[in-house]
Amino acid sequence: MREIIRLEDICRDFIVGEETVHALRGVSFTISEGEFVTIMGSSGSGKSTLLNTLGCLDTPTSGEYWLDGISVRTMDKNRRATLRNRKIGFVFQSYNLLPKTTAVENVELPLMYNSSYSSSQRRQKAVSALEAVGLGDRLWHKSNQMSGGQMQRVAIARALVNDPAVILADEATGNLDTRTSFEVLVLFQKLHAEGRTIIFVTHNPEISRYSSRNITLRDGRVTGDVLNGNILDAAATLASIPVEED
Amino acid sequence: MNIGNLFKIAVKALSNNKFRGFLTMLGIIIGVAAVITMLAIGQGSKRSIQAQISEMGSNMIMIHPGGERRGGVRLSPEDMESLKLGDLQDIQTQTSFVTYVSPAVNSAGQAIYGANNTPTTVYGVNRDYLEIRRYRVQDGEVFTEQDIRTAAKVCLVGKSVVDELFPEGQNPIGKVIRFGTIPLRIIGVLESKGYNSMGMDQDDLIIAPYTTVQKRMLAITHLQEIICSAVTEDYTEQAIEEISRILRDNHRLKDTDEDDFSIRSQQELSSMMTSTTDTMTVLLAVVAGISLLVGGIGIMNIMYVSVTERTREIGLRMSIGAKGRDILAQFLIESVLISVTGGLIGVVLGVGAALLVNLLASYPVFIQPWSVILSFAVCTVTGVFFGWYPAKKAAGLDPIEAIRYE
Ligand SMILES: Nc1ncnc2c1ncn2[C@@H]1O[C@H](COP(=O)(O)OP(=O)(O)OP(=O)(O)O)[C@@H](O)[C@H]1O
Ligand SMILES: [Mg+2]
Repeated sequence: MREIIRLEDICRDFIVGEETVHALRGVSFTISEGEFVTIMGSSGSGKSTLLNTLGCLDTPTSGEYWLDGISVRTMDKNRRATLRNRKIGFVFQSYNLLPKTTAVENVELPLMYNSSYSSSQRRQKAVSALEAVGLGDRLWHKSNQMSGGQMQRVAIARALVNDPAVILADEATGNLDTRTSFEVLVLFQKLHAEGRTIIFVTHNPEISRYSSRNITLRDGRVTGDVLNGNILDAAATLASIPVEED
Repeated sequence: MNIGNLFKIAVKALSNNKFRGFLTMLGIIIGVAAVITMLAIGQGSKRSIQAQISEMGSNMIMIHPGGERRGGVRLSPEDMESLKLGDLQDIQTQTSFVTYVSPAVNSAGQAIYGANNTPTTVYGVNRDYLEIRRYRVQDGEVFTEQDIRTAAKVCLVGKSVVDELFPEGQNPIGKVIRFGTIPLRIIGVLESKGYNSMGMDQDDLIIAPYTTVQKRMLAITHLQEIICSAVTEDYTEQAIEEISRILRDNHRLKDTDEDDFSIRSQQELSSMMTSTTDTMTVLLAVVAGISLLVGGIGIMNIMYVSVTERTREIGLRMSIGAKGRDILAQFLIESVLISVTGGLIGVVLGVGAALLVNLLASYPVFIQPWSVILSFAVCTVTGVFFGWYPAKKAAGLDPIEAIRYE
């Protein structure tokens, strides 16, 4: 399998007043195309910092990072912005949809910053991304007219629309109830099955059982990296969760 | 990212907050409308004054007896009678920059016809006077040189006098009116000129040969005034120099003596009056400009609030690939859109208000194209200027912090 991500001895220090916080202390691993990796660890272990580094939002203090064969460390801000636009799809805990804006327009957004798409191509890609996340019937709903689960699915569609090399999710199910979390997880498994590369940061150890690989962080170091031989089917779990009635 | 997309994003953001956008625009709208209306009113009154002055004869030169009147010094009787017929003839024959010359002797009194009477003034002049003051004869004819020589009891009357003396609309030509005790036969009626810029009725007059007024009414031999016209307005200065030289010669003044006459030109008067309205226009424009500035500060304020409010949006845009300059451009376009839209509405309102002033208050207005272009340009610049700082702030945000901003 093709290598998508390669980290070599990544360190990230934050200087807060007199003190230096070592958020990442020498992280190395590689992730290949088509892997569904969950990253776990206690609060403050450096998961978000790692994900920001992987997403080219943050630059490591030291260490090398190759994304899809491109060395990111030496890139300037603008080139990193372009790289994010072409290679990365972000899913955030709090959805971060534009208010008063329809699902389609939200999903189109990454393509707005890529001048090689015409407006009709943009529309077409956004619609098919929304159909892929099962929101084909909610295209023209505004963000404030949707449930949390639907908003997160719009956010996932937005992360898919530019055909990224990797989808990065930080606590993507953190704001959702159990049932809706599994609906989203089903979606991620579907994307995984379609061959997409996914990195999923979570607090919830149960979620790791639905991914193909699990990396554990502690104090800015990788303390565990195991392949999951027995990937559970989120759709089956979802079916077993009773629908709440009140 | 292309400008078209940025434009769409900015329009979308503005339409999400229409009412606020409108309130922000209001400052610009009022500013631009004020600039345009104020300049239109200022320019309108300046132009109407200029037009009225040139109606009166913009190349007119007036010569009065007595020197410059300074500090309450009483004029001697000789000074008051320093202008003689000889001066007039010399100005007629010896100057090259003067076209028309007329003496003027005036007598105020009551004009009477039958049971009707009206207070008015008789101007004793020669035929040139009509040319200098741009009076035209509507009916009848002007008195002749013969009439002047014989001090004939004939006159031309203005419209207002006709209206007062002949209220039933009889034909005044050939009628004999009395001015004081002197009977005058009307041989012509003047075309109406209306009121001048000082609010004087230019049709309230009787014109008669100056000899008639001198001999029969005032019993004097000197002239109260000499009125001339320069070849054109531009030659007024030269004409005044010539006249001054002739008069000093005639009056045998030594180099050290002061003039015993004074010369004023309409040009002087006109530049004096237009400079007052110019000052007024500048003041109005400054006040209006300040309101434009206040409008600009309003934009800056709202853009700041908007940047803070939309910190998460900015963070998101950056995380999906917006560069700093895309964010900068987005917010700049927003503020320019606000100011330009406000400017457009302001132009429409300003022009409308100016026309309304003209229509309702029948005040002269003139909308100068440059005032529209200028205020429009100023408000675009305002948008860029006051939008720049907030936009710069937005562009400089750190995406990681911005996206987590609560
Ligand atoms: N901008 C920053 N400035 C200073 N210190 C920071 C900054 N960002 C993160 N840190 C520190 O780096 C460490 C790792 O933070 P990080 O956000 O990556 O943790 P996390 O694993 O995502 O935690 P959580 O599960 O609570 O989200 C923490 O000790 C945190 O205080
Ligand atoms: Mg975190």
